[in-house]
Parts: sequence; C-alpha cells; structure tokens
Amino acid sequence: MSLTHDARLAARPAAAAQRPARTWPELNNPAAWIVAAILVVMPLIANGFFLIEIFATTLILGIMALSLMFLAGYGGMVSLMQLTIAGFSAYMVAVFGVSGNANISLGWPWWLAVPMALALATAFGTLGGALAVRTEGIYTIMITLAIGAAFYYFTNQNWAIFNGHTGINTVATPHFWGVNWRADIPFYYVVLAVAALCYFAVEYLSRAPFGLALQGVRDNPRRMAALGFNVNAHRVAAYAFASFIAALAGVLQVWNYRQISPGSVSVGACIDVLIIAVVGGITRPIGPFIGALIFVLLRTFALDFLVRLGLDGNRFRLLIGLGFLAIVFWSSDGVIGLWQRWRQSQRSRDGRQGGGRIHG
Amino acid sequence: MSRFVERHPAWALIAIIAIAVALWLIFAVWPPGLEEAIGRKRVFLNAVFNGITLGGLYFLVASGFTLIFGLMRNVNLAHGSLYLFGGYVGYAISTATGSWLLSFIVAFVLTALVGVLLQVIVFRRMEGQDLRQTMVTIGLSIVFADLMLWACGGDFYQVQTPNWLIGPVELPLITAVKSSGEPVYLRYPMVRLVIFAASVVIGVAMWLALNRTRIGMIIRAGVDDRDILAATGVRIQLVFVAVFAFGAGLAGIAGVVGGTFQSLSPGEDIRFLLASLVVVIVGGMGSIPGAALGALIIGLAEQLGSVYIPTYAIVVTFLIMVLVLAIRPQGLLARR
Repeated sequence: MSLTHDARLAARPAAAAQRPARTWPELNNPAAWIVAAILVVMPLIANGFFLIEIFATTLILGIMALSLMFLAGYGGMVSLMQLTIAGFSAYMVAVFGVSGNANISLGWPWWLAVPMALALATAFGTLGGALAVRTEGIYTIMITLAIGAAFYYFTNQNWAIFNGHTGINTVATPHFWGVNWRADIPFYYVVLAVAALCYFAVEYLSRAPFGLALQGVRDNPRRMAALGFNVNAHRVAAYAFASFIAALAGVLQVWNYRQISPGSVSVGACIDVLIIAVVGGITRPIGPFIGALIFVLLRTFALDFLVRLGLDGNRFRLLIGLGFLAIVFWSSDGVIGLWQRWRQSQRSRDGRQGGGRIHG
Repeated sequence: MSRFVERHPAWALIAIIAIAVALWLIFAVWPPGLEEAIGRKRVFLNAVFNGITLGGLYFLVASGFTLIFGLMRNVNLAHGSLYLFGGYVGYAISTATGSWLLSFIVAFVLTALVGVLLQVIVFRRMEGQDLRQTMVTIGLSIVFADLMLWACGGDFYQVQTPNWLIGPVELPLITAVKSSGEPVYLRYPMVRLVIFAASVVIGVAMWLALNRTRIGMIIRAGVDDRDILAATGVRIQLVFVAVFAFGAGLAGIAGVVGGTFQSLSPGEDIRFLLASLVVVIVGGMGSIPGAALGALIIGLAEQLGSVYIPTYAIVVTFLIMVLVLAIRPQGLLARR
C-alpha cells in the first residue's frame, strides 16, 4: 500500500490547490487542450506506421493500464490480471465473431459478438475480483498473478475453444456505413474515442460519490465499514468497472492485430501492464497513457538505438526492467511524480523570489 | 490432530475415507472392471509417484518462498529467477567437474549469496513497504530473466544424472498379475525417489530447526512480532539476512533438482514462481507444513490431471486454489 500512499502525500497539496472540487480540471488547463488538439489532427501529421503502431497501440495499452490505475490508485488493489481480462475479451470477440478458424468461431456479426465479449469479460473480471478481495494488499498481487498465469497455461492447453498455442487468426473487423473501420485513419479515431471515453469516465468516477467512497475504503477500510459502507461491495464494483474498461481495450486489441494467441496473454505481458501503469504514475488517469507512450517508443526504437550505441539490440527488456527499477526506487509516482516535483521546485523558487506572495 | 477430529467430525470422516480409498488404489490389485473404467493401474501409479516427486520439488521451491514471506512480509516475485539461476549454476558445475553433489553445494552457496546481496542492497532500504518491495522484485525478475537469457541463450539444458542413480528400481507395489499368476511390480526411476527422499529430509530438518533450536525460536518469534523481537535485543537484520540467504539457497538447490529431472530454459522461472505462489496460497503463507501439504496437493493434481483430463489439467490446479480461497482464505494450515 505504501507505494500509492507516499505518492498521495506528495501530490495532495498541489492537487488541492489547483482544482476546485467538482469541475473538470482539464477545462482550465491549456496543455490539455493542446494535447487534445494534436491527438485529433494526428492523421494529418503522422503516416500509417506512426498512427497505428505508435499512437493507436499506445492508446490501447494505455486503456488497459488505465483500468489497473483505477484499481491501484483509487482502490489500493494492484491487480495483475487486467491484461488477462482484456485477452479474454479479445478471445471472446474471436470466438463469437468471424475469423479464419471457422471450426471455432461462431460467425456472429460484430455488433452481437462485441457486447457478448464485453459482458463475459466483465463477468470474468468481476468473479476474479470477488476472489481477490477476500484477501488484501500483497496477497491481491499474488492471486491475480496466479489467475493470469492459469489463464495463459489454459489457453495453451485448450484446443476446443482457444485453439491451443496457435490461437485464432484473421479475425474479421467491422465494415459498415461504407467504411472499413480497420483502415488506419478510421481505426485511429475509434481507438481515440474509446480512450477519451474511458479517460473521462475514470476522471468523473474518481470525484463521484462512488469514487470518493472507494478512496475512503483504500485509506481506511475499517473506518468506512464503521460508517456503514459495504467495503467488499465497493471493491468488487471497482473490479467490475475496471474489467469493463480492460474488456474494451481487449476488443480494440484484437481488431488491431486481427489475431489473438496465448503469447498476448502471457505472464510477461501481464507484468508489462503493471510496468506501464507504475512508470506513468498511478495517482492520475493520464499517467497510464504517458507510461504506455514511453513503453511503446522504447519497444519500437530501443533496438535501433541500442545498435547505434554499439550494444546488443536484443537487450530491450533489460532496458525496460532497469527503467522500471529506477522508477520504483526513486519516484514512487512515476513520471508524473517527477514532473510534479520539478514543477513544485520551480514554483517554490518563484515563490521565494516573489517574497511570500503565496501566503498572502 | 485430535482437536481437528473433535471440531469437524464430518470433515475428518471424509478425509479418512479419502485416504483409505487412495491407499486401496495404490496397494490392492485392481479388479478388471476398474481397469476398464479408468485405465491401467501402472498409469495411475506412475502418475501418483510423479505427482508426489513433483510435490517434493515444489516444496523445495515454495518453502524458501514461504519462509521469506513469513518473516519479512516480502513477496519475493524474483524467487523463480533464483530457481533458474541455481539450475544454470548447477548445470555449469556438473558439466565442468562431473560431480552432481558438488553442483548442489555450489548452487546453494551462489544463490544464497545473491539472496544476501538482494536483502542487504535492496530490501533493507525499503523495509515495511510491502507493495514497493514486491514491485522491485518484479523489476528484478525481468532484469534477471534477460541477463540469464543473455548469458545462457534460449536452449534447453539438462543436468546430467550421476551413474549410480540412472535406471529404474523395482518397488514392492503390484501393478498387475500376469495370466500365469506371476505379479508384475512397479518400476520407477531411482533418481526421482532419491530426490524426493532428500526433499523430505530437508523438510523435516527445517521443521526440527524451526521448532527445536534457538535460531528457530528467534525466527518463529520474528514471524509473530518483529518489533518486539527487535526490542528484546535480537539483531534482527542479521536474522533477516540469514533467512533470506537460506530461502534463496533452497531455490538454488531446487533449480539443480528441476534441471535433473526436467529441463532448464527461459520461462521455467515463471512456471516455478507460479507453482510456488499457488502452493503457498493453498497451504497458507508463511507456514512450512502448509508448503509441504500444498506442494503435495498441487503436484498430485497436476500429474493426475494431465493423465486423466489432459486439456483441463491447469484448471484443476486453479480450482483447488479457488476452493481454498473460498473456504479458508488464509490457506489450509495457516494460523490466524
């Protein structure tokens, strides 16, 4: 619990000073408007490779990490099974929808297969959550990791539904209103819209009564129970919401790669989502997206970069691991924490020069 | 034991019946009807023995994990990496010197040293911050996995079994009766039996050390209340280092064992990390007898599952974990 706790203590004064309660903090922030404008006009700037391989992938990974951030940051529950839920939803899209493996796929149209996948994945995540909330803190990590690993080995072994280690290939993507929604530009906008929706949903929920109660449960479960809140129900509800977000990311992911295999739900990939969330910062919903951007950039360009430095290009995971260790060691709130600390030091220097205007 | 029978007579009865059925299945000559229904007895006996010996290996890995957790509240998710590291060291030593026993000693010492370094350099700095420690161990496991991939490549390695352990041994268990009335006995690899016996010896020695010696008393006191123990003047940091070294060393030994009767490759670290997680969740965190029981249950479930319901074997393991969490969230043998 301490990881989130330290970060919160550091972040609280700044956050309290900046935002009046119950408004969207983004509305008054020029940087947020600039980022939003850049994201919207991105297809004009970036070509297909950057648009899909970098930005759409970043947003999809960011959505998955966002679901983890919601659980860890507001609920104090570090769940390693968010990728597993996304993978389950992706598998369900492939199983119920149309794919190259006709003996497995049921061939439903996408507007039936996707809600089915979302519902099943949310149910799966909620059940897993109900199991995980029976324990606390570090036990949650272990149980969710065990669930993720069990799902990975199960998909490897099971041929009837999950088609073993080859997975399900050439999954169909939606075509309607005369648009191929998997073409680069429409797909980018679909991903962007879902990401924005999830981002604002989390942002809204964090200040809604449910989110506040959840943060109360995170900080002091016994006190919340004494106040009459059902602690476990809040936690399970948080898992249900996070599972739905992860399931959305899973649908986008299977449309992005058009295939799903056990490799995409491996334990390493589960841990990658945790790394993304922690590197970005788990106290604010923007953190996971920043973390995802760093991760995707590293994954795509680390090889060239390392080779240019005269090192072995295959050591990309070493780089990621060392970076993660450095973040966990020195900044408990990831990149946002570093940024905030830098801003604060700037401001206190300004404040000193301005002669204590802050206290006036 | 007798208290358990008094408090839960129904459960005790079920347990006794289950044990009796299991014993009958192992020792009796199966009637033909049963052989037709679930296959030959030799297959069943082999699965049971494989399960028990695999349980021995799981116990070696998980007991170090649970010991470290019990005392330091540190979920060491790099434990699988220590296992694999020990295995690679054992392989290197046994191919270089040809001595199987020496490879155990060197693997134990080197992994214990890694454990000491981890405890002194990393974990001592963030004592009491459970979640942060766990995150650090995740980062370390990624770094270790990549370093080992760098050093050893993606090949499969197998530690050479010494000559005096190669070959099967005949056990006094009848698998079938020939038409001539001559009984057929079970033949089983010697090395697996020796390794199982060794893990039982290690387990019993650990239990004795924990319950009958002064250092064991200190460790048990530390599990119950660290702060009071430190206040009584025990140099708790020294105890932490010793326990971490011992737990890591056990993982190293387990690596050599796993390399002997299975194989070593990248990815094994995660497999054994998962196994030890499930074992300690089932058996109870921080409890050595719990780790033994959990390892036995998981080993048997995995082997019997892969023989009788191949595509759902992992689900059986998982269902056991879910069942335990639902009925007894703290684990089968944990106090609390």
